[in-house]
Amino acid sequence: MAISDTLTGKLNAAFAPQSLDIVNESHLHAGHGGHTPNGESHFRVHIVSEAFNGKSRIERHRMINELLAVELRDAIHALAIHANTPAEAPR
Amino acid sequence: MSVNQFIDNEVKSNDVVLFMKGTPQFPQCGFSGQVVQILDHLGIAYKGLNVLESDELRNGIKAYSNWPTIPQLYVKGEFVGGCDIIREMFQASELQDLLKEKGVPVRADAPA
Repeated sequence: MAISDTLTGKLNAAFAPQSLDIVNESHLHAGHGGHTPNGESHFRVHIVSEAFNGKSRIERHRMINELLAVELRDAIHALAIHANTPAEAPR
Repeated sequence: MSVNQFIDNEVKSNDVVLFMKGTPQFPQCGFSGQVVQILDHLGIAYKGLNVLESDELRNGIKAYSNWPTIPQLYVKGEFVGGCDIIREMFQASELQDLLKEKGVPVRADAPA
């Protein structure tokens, strides 16, 4: 299974997001440290979920980092995170 | 001195510390480079520690902060966040407020 599918599955299951967009930015990092031949090294996540209500930025990132700890350790090099609540209506 | 003691000493004896890949003069990762740009833009005096020089430091700071990625910014001994958080806080002027609150001089003419 592609790593992006794993990320999608885990984030959907954990946070029941109102919206979830995972962007693979690995191609932007070709030749740079951490880039891997499978083209799945750098990701950006935009997630909107009620689960982030009342949570600080650090707490939201920790929730996601802990959920994806194995992937961050073994499979992916970088994960940019944009975590908002529906009320914050990003962009 | 263990790496944990080293980190603890660095974040407590310097007002602003950035654990990063590369140096403030020569960042070796785009995410570290973004934080350097923000700090430089605000005229913040800070100490950069290059985790690429030491695997022990690189792994040590991840454990110390319980945070899996680099860069990591500390202000007055407190973990503030990584690249995304620093950028979001900067854009919302929250980073500037936090620095002022903690008594770290911010360049007066930096746009809010």
